Amino acid sequence: MPAPSSLPAPDPSAPHRPRSRTDLFLSFTWLALQGFGGVLAVVQRELVDKKRWMTREQFVEDWAVAQILPGPNVVNLSMMIGGRYFGLPGALAALAGMLAAPLVIVLLLAALYGGVADSPLAQGALRGMGAVAAGLITATGIKLIAALDRNAMGMGVCIGLAALTFVAIALLRWPLLWVLAGIGGGACLWAYRVVGATPSTVEHGA
Amino acid sequence: MSMAATPGNWLDLFSHFASLSLLAVGGAITTAPDMHRYLVHENGWLTDGQFTSSIALSQAAPGPNVLFVALLGWNVGLNAGGGPGAGWLAWALALFGVAVTMVAIMLPSSVLTYTATRWAHRNRELRVVRAFKTGMAPIVIALLIATGWLLTGSHDHPARDWPLWLLTAVATLLVWRTRLHLLWLIGAGALLGALGWV
Repeated sequence: MPAPSSLPAPDPSAPHRPRSRTDLFLSFTWLALQGFGGVLAVVQRELVDKKRWMTREQFVEDWAVAQILPGPNVVNLSMMIGGRYFGLPGALAALAGMLAAPLVIVLLLAALYGGVADSPLAQGALRGMGAVAAGLITATGIKLIAALDRNAMGMGVCIGLAALTFVAIALLRWPLLWVLAGIGGGACLWAYRVVGATPSTVEHGA
Repeated sequence: MSMAATPGNWLDLFSHFASLSLLAVGGAITTAPDMHRYLVHENGWLTDGQFTSSIALSQAAPGPNVLFVALLGWNVGLNAGGGPGAGWLAWALALFGVAVTMVAIMLPSSVLTYTATRWAHRNRELRVVRAFKTGMAPIVIALLIATGWLLTGSHDHPARDWPLWLLTAVATLLVWRTRLHLLWLIGAGALLGALGWV
């Protein structure tokens, strides 16, 4: 494990960065505690819009990696961010932040109110929270479309790929792995051709 | 319905969840059907109701969805110790169950993620890494929108479910166009649901 000082410098285009491992731990704890029905919308809002630890484009790139790897996606994402700034200790701080406090809460709930989630009142509340959570995740996706503006494949190709993916998953209900391998694999091959011609940073699409 | 708390059984539980960890592309919840098969049908370590409640409770609580796995381990341990009335041994086994299932589901995928992403970050100028991130970006954005669509579409009785759809649409607009704190929206959804309005 290299010392943090020998890690590659994070992309300078994000205006801020976590100050310390404690900052990482506390920030991710606060994120996780706000995440009812999914933490991703909160991560996007807090880390990109408020704290500015990463740009929208960096967020999409990291999310792509976090999504393709096995494991809880937001936990993967938090480990990637923590690891980038502070190496393995940073990744562990972010992981612990994401899991520790929510774990204590959910176990207390289970110990004290084991069957409460089955009561009609709680079921109704869950139904309402679920509907809002569906809106949060949809809005996060819509907001991130703007990040495709700087994708080397060009906005037209990106929208086409996104539409294909949406149809395959939402309407045809194809399994995720097929879609990632099929449409995702095709997209990566096309991107391989396109990025070969451009210098290292993302370029404006045609 | 309970597990005999032998080392062999705990090891079996650990190795089963550890193997699911590496299959969980798209999140741990995608492996829930196999966990159900293994815990409820094959071994009878959990009741059907306990399985369903574990998922429901983890959704009601804040944090990543993967915490339903902790509750599965909790209930397996609690059952193995004789249930909540059986005293401290049952609670100790419940906590041990949490440790076994959570470490098993998190360790393999986290080691892979950390190793792979450190490599990718060190080699982020490589053409293949840039191609991957560029190519996958539109796909994963579409996956988010599709997830929202599927969550809404699982309520498929227009006459009964239109208030839910309206709530989702309003939440989408508010998150997209305003900086309103997300907790207000979640709280409003919980309140409307508890009152039976959606």
